[in-house]
Amino acid sequence: MQIELTHYLLLAAVLFSIGVMGVLTRKNLIVILMSVELMLNAVNLTFVAVARYTADLTGQVIVFFVMCVAAAEVAVGLAILISIWRHRGTMHIDSVKLLKW
Amino acid sequence: MIPVSLTDIQGVLPETIVVIAALAVIMADAIRRGHSGALLPVLSVLGLAAAGAAAIFLWGTSGTVFNGTVFADGFASFFKVLFTVIGILTILFSPHYLKITGVRLGEYYALILTAVFGMMVMASAANLLMLYLGLETMSISLYVLAGSQRGDVKSAEAGMKYLVLGAFSSAFLLYGIALLFASIGSLDYEVIGTFFASDFHPGPLLVSGLALLMVGFAFKVAAVPFHFWSPDVYDGAPTTVTGFMSTGPKAAAFVALIRVFGVALAPASSLWSGVLTVLAILTMTVGNVVAIRQTSVKRMLAYSAIAHAGYLLVGIVAGTKAAFAATGYYLSAYALMNLGAFAVLILLNRRDEGSYRFEDLRGMGFAHPLLGITLSVFLLSLTGVPPTAGFFGKLYIFSAAVEQGHIVLAVVGLLNSAVGAYYYLRVITLLYMAKPEGESIIVQPAAYRFALVISALLILVIGIFPEQLLRVITLAVP
Repeated sequence: MQIELTHYLLLAAVLFSIGVMGVLTRKNLIVILMSVELMLNAVNLTFVAVARYTADLTGQVIVFFVMCVAAAEVAVGLAILISIWRHRGTMHIDSVKLLKW
Repeated sequence: MIPVSLTDIQGVLPETIVVIAALAVIMADAIRRGHSGALLPVLSVLGLAAAGAAAIFLWGTSGTVFNGTVFADGFASFFKVLFTVIGILTILFSPHYLKITGVRLGEYYALILTAVFGMMVMASAANLLMLYLGLETMSISLYVLAGSQRGDVKSAEAGMKYLVLGAFSSAFLLYGIALLFASIGSLDYEVIGTFFASDFHPGPLLVSGLALLMVGFAFKVAAVPFHFWSPDVYDGAPTTVTGFMSTGPKAAAFVALIRVFGVALAPASSLWSGVLTVLAILTMTVGNVVAIRQTSVKRMLAYSAIAHAGYLLVGIVAGTKAAFAATGYYLSAYALMNLGAFAVLILLNRRDEGSYRFEDLRGMGFAHPLLGITLSVFLLSLTGVPPTAGFFGKLYIFSAAVEQGHIVLAVVGLLNSAVGAYYYLRVITLLYMAKPEGESIIVQPAAYRFALVISALLILVIGIFPEQLLRVITLAVP
């Protein structure tokens, strides 16, 4: 079976959906951050696949930018997690309850 | 490799100045080891003022620089000036607030500068990747600012909530960008515009890309039903930061909306204007109705910020040059009045940090005339009472909508303004109609009073001479 662009795009869509479900249903803040990363990597997969199949390197260059932004986001996210940990002593999302949704 | 010319550098001169100022602030903080006194705010204000001057200097230019990825036009210049004004006002309010809350953070000012830089990039982006990078630069600075009051659990929680939902929504936006890239093959607004202007086939990839892009934007401007993060984050963040992030990022997101949906995607408006209409109606109504029920003034203003995003969306749906000029006018007015209102609240809050109860405002209008008058101006402008800027902003936006036949939107908007009048005027009633509870001494630093008076005066000036500002923006609209 020939692997086409559609397969990559579908795989990326499935990964993205798994990430969305993770953010919405998981209770641990670290797992939620990991799910966000999964979403971003699904996007990266889309960009790389499109770059490969259109022989246009733009898509690959974009991926570097996205990875860079994702790294910065995680760094800030972990710093804020530590701040919450010091106040609450837990990473559970239900401990973040002073501000009701 | 494409060489960078002097024209390119000149096109991003304001951004360059802001980044240099941010680095200077970080260096100054490191060298003085936290004993910097007024040095950091002064440096930041000077840097922002220089950037604003550079943006005014660039006013007459048009076209794009950096190989068509950055706009160097009047519309970008106008918003760059607005962002520097927002930044300067925020910084003038900050030293006092940082002192009373005991936050010692030199990075605070540097982060405000980097956030302003991100907004500027968003306003001048001519490419979806540039837009994403500007958005993230702004957002990541704001996540840290929201959580910067480390001693306060509420601030940490606000930072966390903002980060998770901000990153979540950015991922949606980025996935939308990726799908558009897959179906169009370019991220330049110009190429996207010509693609949609030609006879295109709205395939599943393209439509889902547009939908995801819209969800991402709706999150960023806090449009209902993607608004649930904003009241919590606005409530928990340090109040100066709340004022900053309810005005600047909103303005930046709306410039991007105008450039992407209003201009590049305009030929395909049948695909998205219906959804945006529903979003606008929901946003206006839910924001106003929920604001009535709040017991904290800060939270009430957070919901009112949602309602104002709804009015601004009406301008995007209307989709004409006049409507975009009206949106620009409204964004300027909104920035001044919302920042000012949060700033007065900081001074009037007398109980423990972060409660901002309505009772605190009882009779303060007579006890502290300056605060009473300025807060009244801000609230009247938020209500939309002439001759304040808020009135003309609403007038221009709704008349642009009516011209395009969006009667329902205009009617819903007017009804909502009436609902808004109830909770804004309730605060003014409290200020003047009730007796104060005991004596109160409120420290009002000179810079603080200056910034309050300037904001209130600007609201009145652009409210009394609205045509002039509107003409300036109309000249610049893309």
